[in-house]
Amino acid sequence: MTLKIKNPGLATSIQDLGRIGYFHLGIPLGGAMDRYALRAANMLVGNDEGAACLEAVFMGPEIEFTQTATVAVTGAQLPIKVDGEYQEPWTSFVVKAGQTLSFDFLESGARIYIAVSGGITTPEALGSRSTYPIGSLGGVEGRAILAGDELPTGGSEGPGAGRTVSEPLRRKPGTPASLRVLPGLYWHRLTDAAGAGFFEDEWKVAPEADRMGYRFKGGRPLKFVEREQPFGAGADPSNIVDGCYSYGSIQVPGGTEPIVLHRDAVSGGGYFTLGAVISADMDLIGQLQPHTSVKFEKVDMAQALGARKERKVMLAKIREELG
Amino acid sequence: MKTRYTFGGDEHVYVEMDDEMSLDAFFKSLSMSNAVRDAKIEGVTEICPANASFQVRFDPDVISPDDIMAKVKELEHKAESAEKRLTTRIVEIPVFYQDPWTHETLMRFRERHQDPNGTDLDYAAKINGFASADEFIEAHHSQPWFVSMVGFVAGLPFLYQLVDRDKQLQVPKYLSPRTDTPKQTVGYGGCFSCIYSVRGAGGYQMFGITPMPIYDPEQKVAHLKDFMVFFKPGDIVKWKPIDRAEYDAILAAVEDGTYVPRIAKVEFDLDEFNADMRGTNAKMLEALNDA
Repeated sequence: MTLKIKNPGLATSIQDLGRIGYFHLGIPLGGAMDRYALRAANMLVGNDEGAACLEAVFMGPEIEFTQTATVAVTGAQLPIKVDGEYQEPWTSFVVKAGQTLSFDFLESGARIYIAVSGGITTPEALGSRSTYPIGSLGGVEGRAILAGDELPTGGSEGPGAGRTVSEPLRRKPGTPASLRVLPGLYWHRLTDAAGAGFFEDEWKVAPEADRMGYRFKGGRPLKFVEREQPFGAGADPSNIVDGCYSYGSIQVPGGTEPIVLHRDAVSGGGYFTLGAVISADMDLIGQLQPHTSVKFEKVDMAQALGARKERKVMLAKIREELG
Repeated sequence: MKTRYTFGGDEHVYVEMDDEMSLDAFFKSLSMSNAVRDAKIEGVTEICPANASFQVRFDPDVISPDDIMAKVKELEHKAESAEKRLTTRIVEIPVFYQDPWTHETLMRFRERHQDPNGTDLDYAAKINGFASADEFIEAHHSQPWFVSMVGFVAGLPFLYQLVDRDKQLQVPKYLSPRTDTPKQTVGYGGCFSCIYSVRGAGGYQMFGITPMPIYDPEQKVAHLKDFMVFFKPGDIVKWKPIDRAEYDAILAAVEDGTYVPRIAKVEFDLDEFNADMRGTNAKMLEALNDA
């Protein structure tokens, strides 16, 4: 069974839960930006939760099916059609052999996850099918999908239509979006006033927002504690001796625009980071459009772990709902 | 050196050996990250050594942040008492300095540079007190370098020169990063040299290019058949200046699968090095020449 790509959309790529164990060689985690939505999509079609799906951003692809399969689309609100007929999001439906899956224009959110029963079965690279374009790794020849690609799938018909994730379990960011941040890493480089200002100000997602990172604008510039720059760090007060970047860490080059590093981020570099968005909220970033208002909310480790647990409980509830 | 421990979100322990770069800080970071690896702590998923720091990624569902932090801290004394000795390899990397491809690229991004009227090498020579680019190039390749970190993008090595601090070359990054850098460009930023493993954005000054691939996701290149990434922290590098003819010859050899990088096994002892830098380097270069 193959999925014939008639129109790839904007930047649609194959993603799973990511690539573990190669970060120390500069190969990023990769995988879905909204891993919650990816897991839910896979559960709906009866796949392993980590099966490879299509991640499409802002615009959906157009796909012809060569065999009948169960399909589910989760994540952003992007009206789904099969041969022109609308389908429910976060709900499984059947696409028959010869039918075409397509999408209308984006209504809210940023990324959809398209799971197909049997999963996408392109070759694994370093234990994952996730696409890492900078390193030409995974996916289809290490790139986003193109018109004319034929993606192999596991081929099973799956559990069929009508399985659904109930509304309260369809996790999405609020308005304004709130991202919880655990201060740490090089937080001590900021003055107290700058640290407080970071959490007080309202930020907006900048146009430079992709799988590597999300940039934010609109808050006051951050001021640094004065010091003589250490040897090897570089002249700017926001520079450090190049170190590793944590998943979700927030760098602020020059103190002006914070960047939250996401799944395909560079693994390290020479900018200070003020802490990291907690693991439970990283999925939400994947659903933010440019110009969305965002507040960063300061939390401690106990709150971060509490949020992590809540997310797990929600996923467990989906598993329960779907049996 | 004062070790600083912190969390990176709820999934990382971050340990900074020192806020400034030194071989001592690098060695301590490497041996401590090795100690964490050897301890096989359940719940640890990634251990990433960097120049003067390292990061441990863990699964807080398996080990609590406080527990992993305590376990990592316990290993500091082990790193301190560890022999500052490394069995490693020295690799000769051919470099075509002042090549036409990085030259074309640096001219394209001139408005992002500190010196829009010169080249990256002229600028680097000037601010480091050399009379000419050739003299700077000589300083760049005459003494070996230590791979102190692999990262940024897939397989990119950061290198730190094995010379006294007052002999270290220092060059700032571009005022604003380029959107393009040729694959295998030999770059420079702060006190670090690097090799861009893939084409893409970059902020380091560009000095030349190597014909030797260091990353190959398809693993077709002969010396990357076993693993797609060539470098690992602790490798030692000697740049070898080459001209266009040699560059083309190596490129052809890589293409037909006959290129074999020159590599020698060496022991590096930090105390020995600190006592006699030139002598230690000479010994390693001799081993390389015999390879």
